[in-house]
Amino acid sequence: MLAHIGLILGLIIMLYPLLWLLSASLRPANEIFTAKGLWPGTFRWSNYTDGWYIFSDVTFGTFFANSFLIAIGAIVGNLLSCSMAAYAFARLQFRFKGVLFALMLGTIMLPYHVLVVPQYIAFLHLGWINTFYPLIVPKFLATDSFFIFLMVQFIRGIPREMDEASEIDGAGFFQIYRRIMLPLMLPALATTAIFTFIFTWNDFFTPLLYLTGTEHWTVPLGLRSFLDIEAKSSYGPMFAMSVASLGPIFGFFLASQRLLVRGIATTGLK
Amino acid sequence: MLKTQERADPPARQLDHRRRRSLRAKKEQRAAYLFLLPWFVGLAVITLGPMIASLYLSFTDFNVTQAPRWIGIQNYVQMFTTDPRYWKSVEVTLTYVLVSVPLHLIFALGFALLLNQGLRGLAFYRSLYYLPSLMGTSVAIAILWRQVFGASGLLNDFLGIFGIHGHSWIGDTGSAIYTLIALNIWTFGSAMVIFLAGLRQIPADLYEAALVDGAVWRQRFFHITIPLLTPIILFNGILNIISAFQAFTSSYVVSNGTGGPADSTLFYTLYLYQQGFTQFHMGYASAMAWVLLVVVGVCTGLIFATSSRWVFYYGNK
Repeated sequence: MLAHIGLILGLIIMLYPLLWLLSASLRPANEIFTAKGLWPGTFRWSNYTDGWYIFSDVTFGTFFANSFLIAIGAIVGNLLSCSMAAYAFARLQFRFKGVLFALMLGTIMLPYHVLVVPQYIAFLHLGWINTFYPLIVPKFLATDSFFIFLMVQFIRGIPREMDEASEIDGAGFFQIYRRIMLPLMLPALATTAIFTFIFTWNDFFTPLLYLTGTEHWTVPLGLRSFLDIEAKSSYGPMFAMSVASLGPIFGFFLASQRLLVRGIATTGLK
Repeated sequence: MLKTQERADPPARQLDHRRRRSLRAKKEQRAAYLFLLPWFVGLAVITLGPMIASLYLSFTDFNVTQAPRWIGIQNYVQMFTTDPRYWKSVEVTLTYVLVSVPLHLIFALGFALLLNQGLRGLAFYRSLYYLPSLMGTSVAIAILWRQVFGASGLLNDFLGIFGIHGHSWIGDTGSAIYTLIALNIWTFGSAMVIFLAGLRQIPADLYEAALVDGAVWRQRFFHITIPLLTPIILFNGILNIISAFQAFTSSYVVSNGTGGPADSTLFYTLYLYQQGFTQFHMGYASAMAWVLLVVVGVCTGLIFATSSRWVFYYGNK
């Protein structure tokens, strides 16, 4: 009983700021900084429409569309390239396998900032600044090694008889990958897809570097620029768009909590 | 059985068999390299190439518009001797890592232990505690944090109940960094889930045996639970240290890109960003990145090196 009380108390402290955010998104500006408690005195639903249309040239609809487009590109890229690499590392024999595998694990720990200046310059020379390419193309090149590692671990748990049997039936390596591995890897692929979505959706640093024009902004960039609008009346709309930006994450959370929890328990992804 | 059969094979057939085997191995190797092709390209173009380039750039003066000019170790000398903001960013980042990582782990382990007592509603609690971890690095939460720790924010509302008049925690140079540390601790749920998975791996009979021997709670905790969790403590610790060194979004959003007040939230990565991408001192930014790489490498290296002394693998040794 005592444990339950402690856990519920902890939960209230943890989740109160989120509930407060939801409530603030529905309040008029003067209420946000004075009102106590969670229930808005007056509901101001127009915060959401005001926030949506706050920029004169584009709406938050564009930012959401951009964010989704980049996330989908990143998901497809990660699923394809990481599963291919993982199949090779987990099942096939080749020269330098040990060294290459160690190299792959090593890149998991590499701070992104060591790569960022040369990458920026390279993308600048390619004319890719203010396009989505710098955010999507690397995903097709299996640069998120954590997911390769996750999939390697998963494939190692699949009985070898599965692929050996189909090899005897005359299947080539590509067919084994396509017909046997991918279907059996579905849980690992789903975990990768969900986490890729959440990382990409939350990512602020890379879009900040590469997406300079408002029409290419993602949701986090749009949100951040609220802070440059000094007017006090923009607080309600800012919180409204904050809530909206957390919506897809919350949606994924509700739809796939079990998978998310299992994914994190086995691999330590954030 | 197999062996005798093989020996019974006429030499010609044996050769054929061997050739077929090596042909298959060759095919397998070619397939493997094909499957790895995207990864190879990524390694060369996105990872190793830029790494080497950034090492080179760290010895140059480079502002993107002109070609890099070789200046030797001058960036490093300037960083270490004449740039007070650099040392400020080091101090801020070290404070952040040294305070937030241990607390993050302690909270995660504490709540994992609470949840591991066979309570009803485990899945419910676990999911909800995990939720902040999914949102913690987002801009929306950083904006929320500005409000929570602002002058008329949630924290002061709460303190007001006890008659305490707070100030702006974010505007105060002494407390601003701790608001960001609080944000990091708030996301302990993911580490908690990993600890929980680890706790469930501990064989129950160990505890039963300890109980028979009359071990009290504290003894069971320090002699069974903690030793058997050390691999997971290592894992969570390394993961958290690496990500804490690279924290960026919260300090950028909370301080509106400045690292203020008075550089008290100037994270290393934020200063690197300012140098590289607002002042276009790209050589300097590269040098900063390499120091970060070395420091993170040395930290994780040291932890791994000492881990054989304190990490215990059950059943292996």
